[in-house]
Amino acid sequence: MTIEAQYGVPTVAMHTDKFDRVVRSVAAVNGMSELRQVFVPQPVMGKSPAELRAYVDGRDPLTGRPVMQEVIEGLTAPFDGRGIETIEYDRATPRLVEADTEDNLHRLFMENRWTDYLPIVLPTEERVAAMLAATSRKPDEVVGRMRPTHFREAWEYTVEKVAVNAVMAGARPEYFPVVLALAATGVSARGSTTSSMAAMAVVNGPIRNEIKMNAGTGALAPYNHANATIGRAYGLLSQNLQGGSVPGLTYMGSMGNNYAYNSITFPENEERSPWEPFHVQHGFRPSDSTVSVFAGCRSTAYTLGIREKHWREHVANMLRGMDPHIPPVFVLDPITARQFIDRGGFTKKDALIDWIYETARMRASEFWDYQLVQNYLYPRATFGEEPWATKLKAAPDEMIQMYRREDIHVVVVGGETNGYWRIMGASYAKTVSVDDWR
Amino acid sequence: MSGSDKVTVLNPTGFPPKVVTKPLAPRLSALDGKTVYLVDCRFDDSDVFLKQVQAWFAQHMPSVRTVFKQISSVYLKDDPTTWEEIKARGHAAIVGVGH
Repeated sequence: MTIEAQYGVPTVAMHTDKFDRVVRSVAAVNGMSELRQVFVPQPVMGKSPAELRAYVDGRDPLTGRPVMQEVIEGLTAPFDGRGIETIEYDRATPRLVEADTEDNLHRLFMENRWTDYLPIVLPTEERVAAMLAATSRKPDEVVGRMRPTHFREAWEYTVEKVAVNAVMAGARPEYFPVVLALAATGVSARGSTTSSMAAMAVVNGPIRNEIKMNAGTGALAPYNHANATIGRAYGLLSQNLQGGSVPGLTYMGSMGNNYAYNSITFPENEERSPWEPFHVQHGFRPSDSTVSVFAGCRSTAYTLGIREKHWREHVANMLRGMDPHIPPVFVLDPITARQFIDRGGFTKKDALIDWIYETARMRASEFWDYQLVQNYLYPRATFGEEPWATKLKAAPDEMIQMYRREDIHVVVVGGETNGYWRIMGASYAKTVSVDDWR
Repeated sequence: MSGSDKVTVLNPTGFPPKVVTKPLAPRLSALDGKTVYLVDCRFDDSDVFLKQVQAWFAQHMPSVRTVFKQISSVYLKDDPTTWEEIKARGHAAIVGVGH
């Protein structure tokens, strides 16, 4: 779109057919609905040159016309009066939904894909007003902007819009500052990527206990009202405030991700952690309340404890089982956190992170051959971006570090019923003050 | 409240930005003698695919000069250096593959 619109070069975009709806809608909301687009079968990835030549020689699976004929016409056939003028138009969002019975409204919300297909609480004016009373912020204050992918336009939202979604999720008013802080991150919990990523949200500081979140037994499971509904609110507000999360249109996760039901929302167990809290590591005071968001959650590795003899090898094996494109977040039960101190002497989280950074290695040739490394890191390496540019110079058998140190994180949570722990593949995005939204 | 009572609720969706349509580039009268850039967005083996497009031109439209060009970094980043090159040295572009 950039080459065509900003540089005036006639362009044809080629896509695979599964992306028909999404690429047409992205072009439309970017004001280029007449953009010339041609489709070939999905997938391109992994196909041989001969198979891809058959795509080129074949027909567009959507139109049935020869692919290259459409390409040539896309570059040469003049427009029939459309696509060459500048027009500006609004897309309004009404404040209220037309009054109806509760049953009909529940049906409408589901048909409009405003829910996660679990029952919602209807956002009546009374309920939304009660939610709004839990913050000093004005209802019409803009909280942020969000979008499902890099290519889509960001939608804007106010405090009242966030409150509507918090009500729908079943959140109590006292949770609202946390929900607002999540909305203020601008990080979508309904990101659209074929890899089906989910988000993770970690709450720190006094707010955890004020609203009775659970950092102990079952913290990451459906056993606490605040954990459950704050996480659900994060998902609902993401899909509704960013302009939707509709499969085939604004959501392209091939398999989907169950983590998305409540975006892995939990408080850190600061009271039982042997280390400084996560938010203090990121510049906040212990008395501050914050929420930290991570994106790209898909992969998980787990084990029980760390054994005296081979714990280094066991952890290295777990790290090598992760996709090296997404960095590791160690999610440790307090028992295991203390074991890492006992076994490795990691009296500071930073010391453990240093060790993980040095331990997570694989052969350079294997690293660069991962598809996601090829898609996202190899191009940056060839562009000269460090540390990948240096890694690219490594000999094929050289054991190179899989991650950047600054991308590795550690969080402590759990009820010490045992020393189970896990590694989440997740990208830390940011930490936002909850106190600012009280 | 009975099941038949009407209820007023708030709309949960955000505010979309205005759409401003952008004029598209004038099309070429023909491709003969022109330079067409094949722009590899460097995603999921798109380079292998575009080289087959290049082979098609060589076989069926040899009067068209094609230039295979990879974007400088990941598709998530704007690449004005490449766009400038295409504008200066090319007449048209084929971008692929948006999967």
